Amino acid sequence: MRENLHRFFRAARGAGVRVSPAESIDAMRAVAAIGFEDRGILRDTLLLTLAKTQDEKKALGACFDLFFARPQPSQAANENEAAENAEQAVSEQSPSGQSEQGAGAPSSAEDMSALGPLAQMLLSQDRNQIAAAIANAASSVNLSDIRFFTQRGLFSSRILDELGIRRLRDDLDDMLASNPALAERLAMATERLRDDVRDTVSQALLLYGREEAENLRAEILRNAPMARLELRQVEQMRALIRKIARRLRERYSKPRKRPRRGHLDVRRTIRRNAAWGGVPFLTAWKRKHRDKPRIVALCDVSGSVAQVSDFFLLLIHSLHEVVDDVRSFAFSGHLIEVSDLLEANTPEKAMGEIMSKVGFGSSDYGSSLADFEKLAMSAVTPQTTVIVLGDARSNNLDPRADILKRIGERSKRLVWLNPEGRTAWGFGDSEMPRYATFCSVVRQCATARQLERAVSDIVASYQ
Amino acid sequence: MTEHRPAASIEAVESGLAAQGYIASRQIATAVYLADQIEKPILVEGPAGVGKTELAKAIAAWRGLKMIRLQCYEGLDEAKALYEWKYAKQLLYTQILKDKLGEVLGGAATLHAALDQLHDFGDVFFSKEFVEPRPLLQALEQPAGCVLLIDEIDKSDAEFESLLLEMLSDFQVTIPELGTVAAVTAPIVILTSNSERDLGDALKRRCLHLHIGFPEQKLEERIVESRVPGISQTLRKQLVGFINEVRTLDLKKLPSVSETIDWARVLVLLQASELGHEMVKDTLNVLLKYESDIEATLPQVSTFVAKATRQNVFG
Ligand SMILES: Nc1ncnc2c1ncn2[C@@H]1O[C@H](COP(=O)(O)OP(=O)(O)O)[C@@H](O)[C@H]1O
Ligand SMILES: [Mg+2]
Repeated sequence: MRENLHRFFRAARGAGVRVSPAESIDAMRAVAAIGFEDRGILRDTLLLTLAKTQDEKKALGACFDLFFARPQPSQAANENEAAENAEQAVSEQSPSGQSEQGAGAPSSAEDMSALGPLAQMLLSQDRNQIAAAIANAASSVNLSDIRFFTQRGLFSSRILDELGIRRLRDDLDDMLASNPALAERLAMATERLRDDVRDTVSQALLLYGREEAENLRAEILRNAPMARLELRQVEQMRALIRKIARRLRERYSKPRKRPRRGHLDVRRTIRRNAAWGGVPFLTAWKRKHRDKPRIVALCDVSGSVAQVSDFFLLLIHSLHEVVDDVRSFAFSGHLIEVSDLLEANTPEKAMGEIMSKVGFGSSDYGSSLADFEKLAMSAVTPQTTVIVLGDARSNNLDPRADILKRIGERSKRLVWLNPEGRTAWGFGDSEMPRYATFCSVVRQCATARQLERAVSDIVASYQ
Repeated sequence: MTEHRPAASIEAVESGLAAQGYIASRQIATAVYLADQIEKPILVEGPAGVGKTELAKAIAAWRGLKMIRLQCYEGLDEAKALYEWKYAKQLLYTQILKDKLGEVLGGAATLHAALDQLHDFGDVFFSKEFVEPRPLLQALEQPAGCVLLIDEIDKSDAEFESLLLEMLSDFQVTIPELGTVAAVTAPIVILTSNSERDLGDALKRRCLHLHIGFPEQKLEERIVESRVPGISQTLRKQLVGFINEVRTLDLKKLPSVSETIDWARVLVLLQASELGHEMVKDTLNVLLKYESDIEATLPQVSTFVAKATRQNVFG
C-alpha cells in the first residue's frame, strides 16, 4: 500500500498539487490512522492532508478518481500465486464449463495442463484475475516511470512479456493444429488482453506523464520571450510566475527572528534618570532598530514592454510575505502610483485598470521621471532598492538622465531591467547607455528565467 | 507532554459533535479525527456563517476542554497574542533595585565593572514572574490541554503568521528572554479563515486543510433540526430547498447556514407550517443583507417557492 501511496503522490504532483516530503509523511500517517477500506474517507483524508486550496482539492479529487478507477497491484498475489489460482479456477470450472462453452471448451484436463499459465488464465475468463495479473505485471515493469507518449509501445510490450506472452504465442501455435476452435477463443482473449494492457498504459501515462509534460512545457515557457507570447500562453505564464513566486517565498521567508522586547537597558536607564538622582523613574528598554528597507519599482507599460511589466509586477507583489513594503509606479507618457491597485485587485484586473490609465501611450521617459521626482522622490532613501523596468526607448524626447542620476545617488541600489537584448541597447531611440552610467546594475530581462534571477537577486539583497 | 485520549473513530467524532448540537459532514468529522490522530492543527476555510467558529466550540464542549480564543484583527501583535511584560511590576522592582544599588555595586572597583554588574541584574526583570501570558501562551500552559481557536487569521497581517509557525508545528514558543516554552499537553488547534487574503504556504503546510462550503441539502436540514427544534419537517425541507435556489443566484452575499437558522427561527415565530410567497417576501431581509440582493431575488420568489414546495412532494 505504501507503494501505491507513493505512486499516488507522484500522480498528484503531475496534477499540479505540490507534495513535499513532509506532507507525504503526514499523509501516510493519516492513512495509517484511517485505513484503506473506505474509499470515500481515504479520498477525504488525502484531500485534507495534501491539498492546500480549493483548486488543489478539485485537481487532487479528479486525480484520486482516476488513480483508483483501475485495480491496484495486490501485494499478496504475486505471479506464481496468480498462476496457481488460474489453474484452480480452470479445474473448478471444467466440468460444468464443457456443456456451456460447447466446442470451444477444453476437451480434457490434460489439454489445459499442457498450456502455460497465461493461456490457462485467459481461457478461464476470470476478469478480476486478469486485471490483477495486469496490475502486477505493470508494477513489476515500473509502469509508473512512464513519462512520454512515445513510451507507450515499449511499456505495453514489457507488460505483455511479463505476463508471459511468448509462451502464450507458442501455446496458440500448437493449439491451431490440435484444437482450432479453442485456439480461436484463445486468440480473441489475447486480443482483449492486448487492449486491456494498452488501456492500462494509457491511463498510467495520463497519471504519471503529466508531470514530465508539465516540466517540459514549463522549461520551454521559462525561456520564451515574455513580450511575444500568444494570448493563450499568457495565462500559462502567469501560472509559471506564481510558481516562481512560491519558490522565492520558500527560499527567503525563513521564520524571522523576533527581537527581544523589553530588555532593560541599564546604561540608558541610569543616564535618563540622572536628573532624579538615579531613581529609575523613566526606564529605557532595549530595542533593535530594524532599518526599513524598501523596494520602489518603476514599470514601463507601453507597447511590447507592457507584458513584461505585467509579469514583473505580478511577481514582486506576490512576494509580500518576503518583501513587505514595495511601492510600484507605472508609466508610459506619464507616471502614476499603482501600489494600492495591485494590493486590492487580482493581477488581471489591476493590470486592466493600469493599462486604461497609463497604458498604450507612446513612452516619454523624461516626463515620467519628472512625475516620479515630484510624487515620490522623498520616499527614496539609502535603504531603497529602485528597480526600473523598461526598454529605455523614449521616442527621442529629453530623457532627463539628471533625474535618474539623482535617484541613483539617493538610493541603495538602482537596478535597470531591460526586456531588449544588449545588442539593441543604444540603437535607434534607446537611451540605455546614457541611463546605464547611473545604475548599479543593468540586466536583460526578456524571459521568465531572467526575471526570476533578477528578482531573486533583489530579494536576496533585501534580506 | 501527557496525551489526551484521541477519539475512537470518525463515527465517534460525528456523534460526539452531534451531542453538542453540531452536525458535522463526514469530511469535517474526518478532519477532526485526523487532527487528533496525527496531532496537527486544522485550518478551516470557507465563507462566513458555515460553522467554522462553532466547530471549535463544539469540539471543546464535547471533549470537556477549555476553549481559548484568539480573535485576529489588523495590527494584532505578539504582545496581544503571545505574552506581555508586566511593566508596572517591573517598574516597582526597579525602585527596589535603586534602594539596593549600594549593595549591588559595593564590590565593583571601576565604573565599567559596576555597569556590567547592573547589566546582569537587569536580567532578573525578564523572568517568568514578569510575564503576562496572552492566549497563545495560555493555551500551552493548560495542564489538561485545551482547544485553541485562532479565529479569522486572514484578518491579521501577513507577518503575524510567522509568529504562529513554531506554535503550530511543535506546540511551543520561544520567548527570546526566557527560552522555549513547550505545551504541557498539546492543544487541539483550529484556525479559521474567510479567505480575505491568501495565507502563506508555510502556515498551510503545517495544517490539515479543511474547506467548509454551504452544506448539502440533507445536511442543512439536519442542522436546522438541531438548532431550531420546534420546526416542522415540511417547513424545514421547504426553506432549505428555497435557500439552495437562492444560492444559485449571482448575489453580493449568498445566504449562509447562519441565515438559514435565523430565518427558520423567524418562520417558527410566525407560526408558519409551510412556505408561502407573501411570508417569504416579508421576511427576505432576514436572509439577505443587501438591498440590491433582495431586489434581485424578489422576482424569483414565486418560482423558487414553487420549486421548493414541489420538490417536497417527491423528495
Ligand atoms: N454544522 C452545523 N451544525 C450546527 N450549527 C451550525 C453548523 N454550521 C453552522 N451552524 C450555526 O451557524 C451559525 C454560524 O456559525 P459560525 O461558526 O459563527 O460561522 P463562521 O465561523 O463560519 O462564520 C452558528 O450559530 C452555528 O451554530
Ligand atoms: Mg467565525
